[in-house]
Amino acid sequence: MEDFTQLSGLQLDALKEIGNIGAGNAATALAQMVQTKIDMTVPRVSILPFADVPDLLGGADAHVVGIYFIVTGPAPTSILFILIAEKAGLLVDMLLQRKAGETDVYNLSEMEMSAMMELGNILSATYLNAMSMFTQLNFTPSVPALGVDMAGAILNAILAQFGEIADHVLLLETDFTKGEDEVVGHFFLLPEPGSLQTILTALGVSY
Amino acid sequence: MAKIIQVGMADLKMTRAPDRLMTAGLGSCIGICIYDRAIKLGSLAHIMLPSSLQAKNPENKAKFADSAIEVVLDMMLKNGANRSRLQAKIAGGAQMFKFSGESDIMKIGERNAIAVEENLQKHRIPLLARDTGGNYGRTITFDPETGDLMVRTIGHGERII
Repeated sequence: MEDFTQLSGLQLDALKEIGNIGAGNAATALAQMVQTKIDMTVPRVSILPFADVPDLLGGADAHVVGIYFIVTGPAPTSILFILIAEKAGLLVDMLLQRKAGETDVYNLSEMEMSAMMELGNILSATYLNAMSMFTQLNFTPSVPALGVDMAGAILNAILAQFGEIADHVLLLETDFTKGEDEVVGHFFLLPEPGSLQTILTALGVSY
Repeated sequence: MAKIIQVGMADLKMTRAPDRLMTAGLGSCIGICIYDRAIKLGSLAHIMLPSSLQAKNPENKAKFADSAIEVVLDMMLKNGANRSRLQAKIAGGAQMFKFSGESDIMKIGERNAIAVEENLQKHRIPLLARDTGGNYGRTITFDPETGDLMVRTIGHGERII
């Protein structure tokens, strides 16, 4: 089960379906919170060596806001919600019903930080609810951890957890978009290597 | 034409001046620069974890502090470096996220920094400068010509160590 690359088409489709429903619910919740139409892209499953992961986020140097959850239960995973720095500021402005451009993401007030984390809470909770319905497994998210920094730096600490056992990571990615195709954020589910089998078995597509 | 050679996460590279080595977005990871100034030969390893000994999958040696330093040393000595001239500079090892119930894995940056120092000491490579800790990311560029290590951050300034 270490080798993600041996997943069948059926298994990949099952994972994408989780992404579809999970992120669909999360997009709806986000749209309600910011009172703007939010769309989502078709989910992607990527199996990548660590070094290539930052490229998904526009390079290791890209400025981003990361909201991170450790998810415990029978199938431990991580959730990482990555927002492009300027877009994150706009989302906070929308949440707090202020003029666009008032939030400085590099210097967040207590209030703005808590708005950002609450956003993460709602997204991850809706996503995990859908996953629980699908799999009949329990997923319990931690409190959110927030980081505003380089994409590579934010990924380091998360990938290090996988580094002990693997050289590759499986990412289930859905992007949220506003308007035509303006990407607001990326939502990643990173199952721990052993968890993938539990999830696939629960979905009836085990090895 | 001088090049800037990119080093990815869990990766290591060696070069000679005038080329430079660069790694972007160090968080809890550490960039280890070991160099021989006399022959302007330098290396940069971007490690993720402290030790290959407990790892279930130690194949990628560049991922761990202990094995990466060994590979680098071997590579440098084969390319004409003199062991007694080797020096090191390091950067990274931040704690990017804080949880209220702090688990061990979140202190990975600090553990990485300690492991890197211990392994440098073990191989008797003097650590000339360090820029570690904090809660912010770093992008670093190393110049084997001068031994300068340039550290860039978002909101925490820029410095040469």
